[in-house]
Amino acid sequence: MSIVTVQLGQCGNQIGHELFSVLCSDIRGTHGLCSKKENESYQESCKERFFSEEQSGVPAARAVLVDMEPKVISQTLSMAARSGLWKYNSHSHFCQKQGSGNNWANGYCVHGPRHKEAIMELVQREAEKCDLLGGFVTIMSMAGGTGSGLGAFVTQCLRDAFPTSFLLNHVIWPYGTGEVIVQNYNSVLTLSHLYHSADALLVHENDVIHKICAQLMNIKQISFRDVNQVIAHQLGSVFQPTHTAGGGSGYSRNPLGDLLEPLVPHPEFRMLGLRNIPQMAESSLAFSSFSWPGLIKHLRQILIANAHMEEGIDWQVRPPQPGSSIPSTNKPLHFNTSIANLVVLRGKDVHSVDLGSFQDPSLYTSWLNPQDAFTAWKTPRAFNKYEKSAALVSNSQFLLKPLDSIVGKAWNMFASKAYLHQYTKFGIQEEDFLDCFTTLEQVISSYTNL
Amino acid sequence: MTQSVVVQVGQCGNQVGCRFWDLALREHAAVNKKGIYDEALSSFFRNVDTRSGDNGPDIYKGKICSLKARALLIDMEEGVVNEILQGPLRDVFDSKQLITDVSGSGNNWAVGHKIYGCQYRENIVEKLRKTAEHCDCLQCFFIIHSMGGGTGSGLGTFVLNLLEEEFPEVYRFVTSVYPSGEDDVVTSPYNSVLAMKELNEHADCVLPIENESLFEIVNKIHQMINSGKLGSTVKQNSLVTSSAGSAKTLEKPFDAMNNIVANLLLNLTSSARFEGSLNMDLNEISMNLVPFPRLHYLVSSLTPLYTLADVNVPSRRLDQMFSDAFSRDHQLIQADPKHSLYLACALLVRGNVQVSDLRRNIERLKPSLHFVSWNQEGWKTGSPSPLPANRWDGAKLFFRSYIFFV
Repeated sequence: MSIVTVQLGQCGNQIGHELFSVLCSDIRGTHGLCSKKENESYQESCKERFFSEEQSGVPAARAVLVDMEPKVISQTLSMAARSGLWKYNSHSHFCQKQGSGNNWANGYCVHGPRHKEAIMELVQREAEKCDLLGGFVTIMSMAGGTGSGLGAFVTQCLRDAFPTSFLLNHVIWPYGTGEVIVQNYNSVLTLSHLYHSADALLVHENDVIHKICAQLMNIKQISFRDVNQVIAHQLGSVFQPTHTAGGGSGYSRNPLGDLLEPLVPHPEFRMLGLRNIPQMAESSLAFSSFSWPGLIKHLRQILIANAHMEEGIDWQVRPPQPGSSIPSTNKPLHFNTSIANLVVLRGKDVHSVDLGSFQDPSLYTSWLNPQDAFTAWKTPRAFNKYEKSAALVSNSQFLLKPLDSIVGKAWNMFASKAYLHQYTKFGIQEEDFLDCFTTLEQVISSYTNL
Repeated sequence: MTQSVVVQVGQCGNQVGCRFWDLALREHAAVNKKGIYDEALSSFFRNVDTRSGDNGPDIYKGKICSLKARALLIDMEEGVVNEILQGPLRDVFDSKQLITDVSGSGNNWAVGHKIYGCQYRENIVEKLRKTAEHCDCLQCFFIIHSMGGGTGSGLGTFVLNLLEEEFPEVYRFVTSVYPSGEDDVVTSPYNSVLAMKELNEHADCVLPIENESLFEIVNKIHQMINSGKLGSTVKQNSLVTSSAGSAKTLEKPFDAMNNIVANLLLNLTSSARFEGSLNMDLNEISMNLVPFPRLHYLVSSLTPLYTLADVNVPSRRLDQMFSDAFSRDHQLIQADPKHSLYLACALLVRGNVQVSDLRRNIERLKPSLHFVSWNQEGWKTGSPSPLPANRWDGAKLFFRSYIFFV
């Protein structure tokens, strides 16, 4: 089954490019650490999922590139073509001359309707090239104008045009200390609109990835390229082919469905966080070795203590003791309650791993059976040179604090009516803002009361 | 890629504009080695086939034939424009882009705005339309003028009015040179106040610049060169005030100061012309720095003013550059950055500066600056492009809109 990626805005296009690079270099690598047959089956599956065969022999990514200004797209296309290993289809991009100016209203109300036909035509074409369409993944940032505004509009159109396909939005949470002054407004507007159209939102926070680059990867001068590569690695570890829980010898035929069905049992809870261990600089990989029990233990504690990486985890946080009937409001502070979790394991000796610690009912809410709340995928084929790696996709309170903080700041600005004239100029009125605030307050309160 | 049109009004406007075109040509020359007319060039220049005279058709791709600036030069006395046309830049301007008269406005805003405005209205509209027609996607008008005189101030604001009527969708960025305390024009306070009213209502963004600040910066640079500290020789070409490398050998009195303003404009538009890791377009500047429609006055500052001959820029130096940007000495207007209230702040960095450096410096400088309560993290960052090799190792531009307590 194939996944079509829609890359929106500068951020979306830059990350999309890194993602396809990682996927391509992973399948070409000889670090599979598994049998040849297994490796070939993995490569076939990945190629079918993300690339289409072209006459020239170079695989073309199943992607549509959208941006309102031409510079980033031309840079992305040329970088991909230069690699020689893969490329983008030369017709699958759409750009205009003048950007959205960090203005959500401009992206959503002006550019969206104006270019809807052209963009949906491109998506339709990519979708038709797939033998079996598995769904859509959109990549965008929340802070800018195109990724956020036009992205929200395109998501809605995708939902209308393909009502039965899976739709996953990969959103980038901006740095807390400001990349764009109106980022809080843009984020609030984006999140509330996406909540209505998408199946789930997979979130990466710039602050977190920046810390990973600084502390784990030991990069001194972090550039956006470094940040994007870490994000691409984390995405790849989830999206590459895996054996699903149902067992069987083949790779999963329905990647998005298998991901979304267990993780989003209730439509009110759609925010997914992603954690991946281990992460380290490539130069240190050769000197490190890992054990599954160690990795699993760390991963579990990352989940419980709401940590972002394997350093600096708060080991004091523990789940509440079972047997005592404590109502959820008395749960110890900082403990991260989950609705559902998915763990993806890749590498040597994967079948011997014991994941019982993740099935502990105290990790989860009371209204879901732990058997249903936890899913595991195990694949013997290693990913991207890591001998053993584990990824966690979690529908839990990971994003509660960042969400609360963004809504708070946006409200603060809204109360003084700052910058509103920029949005009303393009058609977003104060009532629209209020609706969005209401939606998000509802989400925050649902997650708080888990 | 979007295009911008520069409208230079009055003596000051034209002199600054002239420096701007000179620097723009040099910057593109350093980047564009093959002489191909690319998108970056098209933002400010047209490529015209002049073999069939000045009315030749525009060539959109391929080798550079003859570059014409997308500009309109307006002055009510002929001296300044004539001088430009006799200088090395004469081929960059089209004869159809000029509007001149003989006697000048006599430092009288009313003469510039009302009398010449009415008289030349048709002419100006027609020429603006022509220039706009040559543009594929016109994003912005840059108006350069002074506030103290008659033409720049009066006719300049009349043109601003016109632009709003004729081209409401296009951004209007105004670079205004404010008179300093010891100005030589007696009526400059009247002219400035009358012009301010127009700027308030019709401009999208105003970059006020004071002659006094420019003068201080020039002095500081002279001191730096002349003091000749051991081991710190300044690269001549790297001065923000230098026109080294241009065809002129004689430097005129206001040239150094005008170069600073020209550099400001160049760096401001660099994101529209070159690609980078985090682009910051002109409409983004307007979006992020203008919280309320009438509060659109941006204070700008530029660092560094010069580079030392030592090419490696260790991070201490980089951090020093960021600190300098918030000091009085680097601002183009007399205001105190430490004691004023910030509404918003934008940092535009060019060159070898990474995200982590930006983040680190923002964290460092935040505690010493007062931001307004509803915009505590009011930072906008952009890193448009690497710089061509003969320029500074890292140039930064900061814009802030803030209230100053006088």
